[in-house]
Amino acid sequence: MERRLTTVDGNEAAARPAHRVNEVIAIYPITPASPMGELADALSAAGVENIFGVVPEVIEMQSEGGAAGAVHGALQAGALATTFTASQGLLLMIPNMFKIAGELTSTVFHIAARTVATHALSIFGDHSDVMAARSTGWGMLFAATVQEAHDFSLIAQAIALESRVPFLHVMDGFRTSHEINKIEQLSDDDLRYMIDDKLVRAHRDRALSPDRPILRGSAQNPDVFFQAREAINPIYQAVPGVVLKTMDRFAERVGRRYGLFDYIGAADAERVIVLMGSGAGAVEEAVETLVGRGEKVGLIKVRLYRPFDARAFVAALPPSVRAIAALDRTKEPGSVGEPLYLDVVASIADHWEERIGESHSKPLPRVIGGRYGLSSKEFTPAMAHAIFDELGRDRPKRRFTIGIIDDVSGTSLKWDPAFHDEPADVLRAVFYGLGSDGTVGANKNSVKIVGENTPLYAQGYFVYDSKKSGSTTISHLRFGPRPIKSTYLIQKANFIACHQFTFIDRIDVLELAEPGAIFLLNCRRGPEEVWDELPREMQERIIEKRLRFYVVDGYKVAEDAGLGSRINTVMQTCFFALSGVIPLDHAIDSIKKSIEKTYGKRGESIIRKNFAAVDSALASLHEVKVPDRATSTRRRRSAVVGATTDFVERVTSMMLAGKGDLLPVSALPVDGAFETGTSKYEKRSIAAEIPVWDPDICIACGLCALVCPHTAIRAKAYAPAALAGAPAGFRSIAWDDKAFHDYRLTIQVAPDDCTGCGVCVDVCPARSKEIAKHKAINMQAVTDELVELERPSFAFFLDIPEIDRTEVKTDTVKGSQLLEPLFEYSGACAGCGETPYLSLLSRLFGDRTVIANATGCSSIYGGNLPTTPWAKNAEGRGPAWSNSLFEDNAEFGLGMRLALDHQQAYARRLTAEVAGIAGGDLVASILEAEQETEADIAEQRRRVSALKEKLAGCEEAAAKALLNVADALVRKSVWIVGGDGWAYDIGFGGLDHVLASGRDVNILVLDTEVYSNTGGQASKATPRGAVAKFAAEGKAIGKKDLGMIAVDYGSVYTAQVAIGANPLQTIRAFHEAESYRGVSLIIAYSHCIAHGIDMSTSMTHQKEATQSGYWPLFRYDPRLAGEGKHPFHLDSREPTIPFQAFAAKEARFAMLMRSDPERAARLLELAQKDINERMHFYTQMAGIERSAPERMAPSGRHVLEIES
Amino acid sequence: MSVNMKTKYLGMELANPVVVSACPLVAHADTLRRIEQAGAAAAVMPSLFEEQIDRDESALADLFESTTDRFPEANDFFPEMRRYNDGLESYLKYIEESRRKVSIPLIGSLNGCTPGGWVRHARRIEEAGAAALELNIYFVPTDPDETGEDVERRYVDLVAAVRDVVSIPLAVKIGPYFSSTPNMARKLVQAGANGLVLFNRYLQPDLDIETLAITPRLNPSTRDELRTPLRWIAILRPHFDVSLAATSGVHAAEDVVKLILAGADIVTTASALYQHGVDHIRKLIEGTRGWLEEKGYCSVAQAKGSMSRVHAPDPAGFERANYIKAIVEFT
Repeated sequence: MERRLTTVDGNEAAARPAHRVNEVIAIYPITPASPMGELADALSAAGVENIFGVVPEVIEMQSEGGAAGAVHGALQAGALATTFTASQGLLLMIPNMFKIAGELTSTVFHIAARTVATHALSIFGDHSDVMAARSTGWGMLFAATVQEAHDFSLIAQAIALESRVPFLHVMDGFRTSHEINKIEQLSDDDLRYMIDDKLVRAHRDRALSPDRPILRGSAQNPDVFFQAREAINPIYQAVPGVVLKTMDRFAERVGRRYGLFDYIGAADAERVIVLMGSGAGAVEEAVETLVGRGEKVGLIKVRLYRPFDARAFVAALPPSVRAIAALDRTKEPGSVGEPLYLDVVASIADHWEERIGESHSKPLPRVIGGRYGLSSKEFTPAMAHAIFDELGRDRPKRRFTIGIIDDVSGTSLKWDPAFHDEPADVLRAVFYGLGSDGTVGANKNSVKIVGENTPLYAQGYFVYDSKKSGSTTISHLRFGPRPIKSTYLIQKANFIACHQFTFIDRIDVLELAEPGAIFLLNCRRGPEEVWDELPREMQERIIEKRLRFYVVDGYKVAEDAGLGSRINTVMQTCFFALSGVIPLDHAIDSIKKSIEKTYGKRGESIIRKNFAAVDSALASLHEVKVPDRATSTRRRRSAVVGATTDFVERVTSMMLAGKGDLLPVSALPVDGAFETGTSKYEKRSIAAEIPVWDPDICIACGLCALVCPHTAIRAKAYAPAALAGAPAGFRSIAWDDKAFHDYRLTIQVAPDDCTGCGVCVDVCPARSKEIAKHKAINMQAVTDELVELERPSFAFFLDIPEIDRTEVKTDTVKGSQLLEPLFEYSGACAGCGETPYLSLLSRLFGDRTVIANATGCSSIYGGNLPTTPWAKNAEGRGPAWSNSLFEDNAEFGLGMRLALDHQQAYARRLTAEVAGIAGGDLVASILEAEQETEADIAEQRRRVSALKEKLAGCEEAAAKALLNVADALVRKSVWIVGGDGWAYDIGFGGLDHVLASGRDVNILVLDTEVYSNTGGQASKATPRGAVAKFAAEGKAIGKKDLGMIAVDYGSVYTAQVAIGANPLQTIRAFHEAESYRGVSLIIAYSHCIAHGIDMSTSMTHQKEATQSGYWPLFRYDPRLAGEGKHPFHLDSREPTIPFQAFAAKEARFAMLMRSDPERAARLLELAQKDINERMHFYTQMAGIERSAPERMAPSGRHVLEIES
Repeated sequence: MSVNMKTKYLGMELANPVVVSACPLVAHADTLRRIEQAGAAAAVMPSLFEEQIDRDESALADLFESTTDRFPEANDFFPEMRRYNDGLESYLKYIEESRRKVSIPLIGSLNGCTPGGWVRHARRIEEAGAAALELNIYFVPTDPDETGEDVERRYVDLVAAVRDVVSIPLAVKIGPYFSSTPNMARKLVQAGANGLVLFNRYLQPDLDIETLAITPRLNPSTRDELRTPLRWIAILRPHFDVSLAATSGVHAAEDVVKLILAGADIVTTASALYQHGVDHIRKLIEGTRGWLEEKGYCSVAQAKGSMSRVHAPDPAGFERANYIKAIVEFT
């Protein structure tokens, strides 16, 4: 039977059958499993039916715990139900999983296995999540390839139905979930064949029904619980048989045969590697090579990991085996060994004699255990070879690691990267692109073109850096005559393309080129001029490796075709022309068909423009005559710039240079603690245009610095003397203030840190009288001349002393911007709507702030290595930052507050005790200090410093103890920061509890109204009428009014702000929130690329959001309650524009207006009603008088700051 | 004796010479029905703008492409919609639906200034059932190197391109700013225009002196504006047997009468309907009929062009002498 060949990634491969064989699907986004849920949602939204002829119900829940609960309920009520998840998401499902397994309920959860956060979060792949679920009683089936992810998705469902044991279907996150490969797609008949209707009916018959009531989920006592638990044994014992039978049935129909354990290698192998997941591909290639050389080696791929059939495992081993390496993609500190290793050891101990039968003389094979591939660490055939070598030693390491250099514990094996060469008939192509230039999309497309239109096999895998703006992408594509099972990055490429010319100065793009490879460079220079533009290292590489060098001016071709900077189709055409992977005519025809398919729905003009780019690409493609010697005097730029710290020099710079894999274990901290303020060392220079200040027009309002998402434009006021030694071209204007007479002020751009978003220009209110479009800040193309002017100016600017913050009016826009920012140059998206709030927070309170940051965008641009933006001042003070989880952030921050309060109470007690040493006056002034203002804080710091000086060297216990905690006497500010996904959904329970706590914490919700970090899925903050993932037809229900929920407590300071709409109100809210000694909540409007707006005018959108009443500004201050004042202050006026006028400018709303105008009109009408109603309600709120609940410390406890 | 109000326009026999021009009023099915009930002989559908088609498609493509495959955690940021309506689809759907709801002829309208792929949308408008097509050419030259000839060629090429793709009658709506309007009219007719619509009331920008922003502004027409089409229709009528439509400044029945006398086959109106309501159409028709009756005309056809440049007792009045006369009278 002919089946369709398709090229898809592992997520799609797994999700398609899952959608077709289920009835209820509860989902929640989490990397790298989100695309499975998104696809299921999209299929149901498109009306795709399951094999029972009904469109599956897909529902997004508030957390993975919620998804598991909903699935559990659906299963109990008789539906076939599933979900998709990974990592922390799986951990949240574990409580339900115990129940589901305990109740013997047939279901499959599809897992893109991902690292569980420990010392750090990692979005990448390993088995630590699924291994944490081992004790739940779920079966586990591991797919090693994209095809297997497809097949096992169905097989697991069939097994679960027959065995009644629920199953985790596991593929490796990213390596399999995001790898595109050519697979054979199962037909509807295959699905129907494998899903036995009788078993489905039996599943439904077991459901809860009032027509035949039962009770499940009883509470049991010591008399019977144990026995009941043991009653399931026969069921589990039968599972391997069911699995084998199901796999055989599958093989009979489809032709692909799987076993519980599949052995590959020499029949008389003496050394065998055992592992599961995608690493099998690399080991298999090593085995093929080694067996070809006559070596006796083999591989066991574990398919069914739970229940582990020990007898079947041992039976799968060749009897000749003498040494086994069990490889685990997880780490269990403190254990005897990792899980698979322990299973292998126990299996051998139990069944080896039985396996070898008569020849009892054969000793038990030696088993060693190794860890590999944590957090998607590369695992290659060369590494597998090193393991086989280790197995051959007389005394191999019993526990080892592979893929790293462990110079601390000596666990690592050395490997020889030269061991393995990929076959010459496989085209291995590596592409360097920008996240926004379409390189990845074009490459995905090329894989599809080859995979689906030719007999060739194709594979694509994509690597991204950690930035959200100006990120570098590296695409690894393989094309060959045989199925491609190389589950690792290309080691030697025979085609390299660099799609962005600026990369050549900072990335060694030719490192992977093999001798004679083709190198294609996108470049504005022609073949005659380009050579002189290359850095010397690149020239040397080209000559030394005898590369065939081509250039194309993709920028021009794209511009001429009307595509702007989208060079993807140009480069794709050149790739096909140069690589010869398929005949060029065929390729061009396929590219055009694919353009029609991709863009057909979006409009004819787009197709036309792309066709034009394809047609004219080759005319601009030229071979460069390579000289025989390098002539350039320019060197590639160093990854770090400026005076750095030792750590940055040794470690960070290696990561920045893309050499982090080479760092030994000793280079890394043992507990995940890193120094802050490292983003300043990474000069990315990604902007094509930067703002340039015109002091003649500037009114020194400070708005440009306030809104800059990257803190790359700054204001500083200083005494004129500081100008001594200023570089030529350094600009300043006169600045006068009550506290600072005859000062100078400079607005300065950080030319290498600016992303060129243009938000500062949009908000600048000062215009030239002669040329109206000329403002006090203007975008200007980055040229050598401009950089030579701005670079030294910025360096000089940084060295100018900071202003005395105790004298600055920090409650004004201008004043706040004169404070030193302690959050800078984050990797957030250009124009990010969240980061200006964080920058402001850092300026106002950063030197005494502890931050609990929920997982999400802010934890990624805030804490993703190599460099991080939270910084410190010259005194070494700055925000201390930590990310715990997604769901627990409010509690995490509350815990910080409790600790700080407790420390302060302890320090106060000790301070009172040391009055004799420190002096009564000092002690009294410390204990009585109000610490309300900057000046108060500075004074308290001086007192505490004096106290510490007096205590230094004292032997008294109280003095020693106080020295340890004396800093707690200076008031600390706790900020709990996160996005709407956390605050409105997954973390809401905890948030609500913290709101009720009355403790002095400040909660900042960066409300983008979608899950921004995982790709724009709807949250309960998503407004009515907006299109988002999981709300493709426009969200039907309105946004949760989180602010009013908080106001309802009466004791929570609550503000809703929009920095672009009313900056002063925002600053006021931050001050009021921080000064309030109870819980404060600020909900901050944060525009996002997921809104579908021109990010350069984002602050104008914020204004319109407020003008339309869509985002009303308010502050509720409990301090005003009970004083006859009105605690709720509505800072917004009556709407002046209709909601539609705002909505029409944002694609999230406008998309629906075009795709379904009738539904959009209805939703917009309802949204307008929501606005009217809310404004009416808020207006009434503004008139109410109210007393806040009186607060009282818990009985017997010390009353801390609350009393103030 | 009742007056025969019928007139011919673009090959169509219309019940009377009053037609509603392209405006937002026509974009609502209910209003369109009321327009028909009030007696309008035909309606020009709202314009489909070249820039809008192009811009909408580009914006959509940019939106998806700029947010796709940027980060490892988010392949993209927007769900693929089942369909992306770039405005054209709903426009066509509206023509189709309107055709079923009203029986008066509906004239499609395309607004643009460059030949290109978007011209093919004219065919779609024809397929949707438009009885004729009005091509509104609105080009503002800003390049000093672009000559009058270049501009005229642009118009002619565009008309020819549209003519190529549609077989329904084609009217071309132009502005009054040509060195030789009669010569331009001839070129357009030679390029395939079956009628001319005189004139486009250009959307003139305004400045907001508070924000220093340019603000688009379209004021309702005034009756004074009538005189530009009046003059040119009177001049063109004797030279061309194609349809001539007068637009701009038609507010009262007297205006309709004047334009018919000058030689217009139809007059179109919109501003007056905003000011007086859709039922004003009835007044225009009845007023025209009343005048014709009172003056003893038996039909619109009889009166049409009776005051054109060659039929008027004082042809010079339409020429430069008219200017002299006005000055003399005022001074």
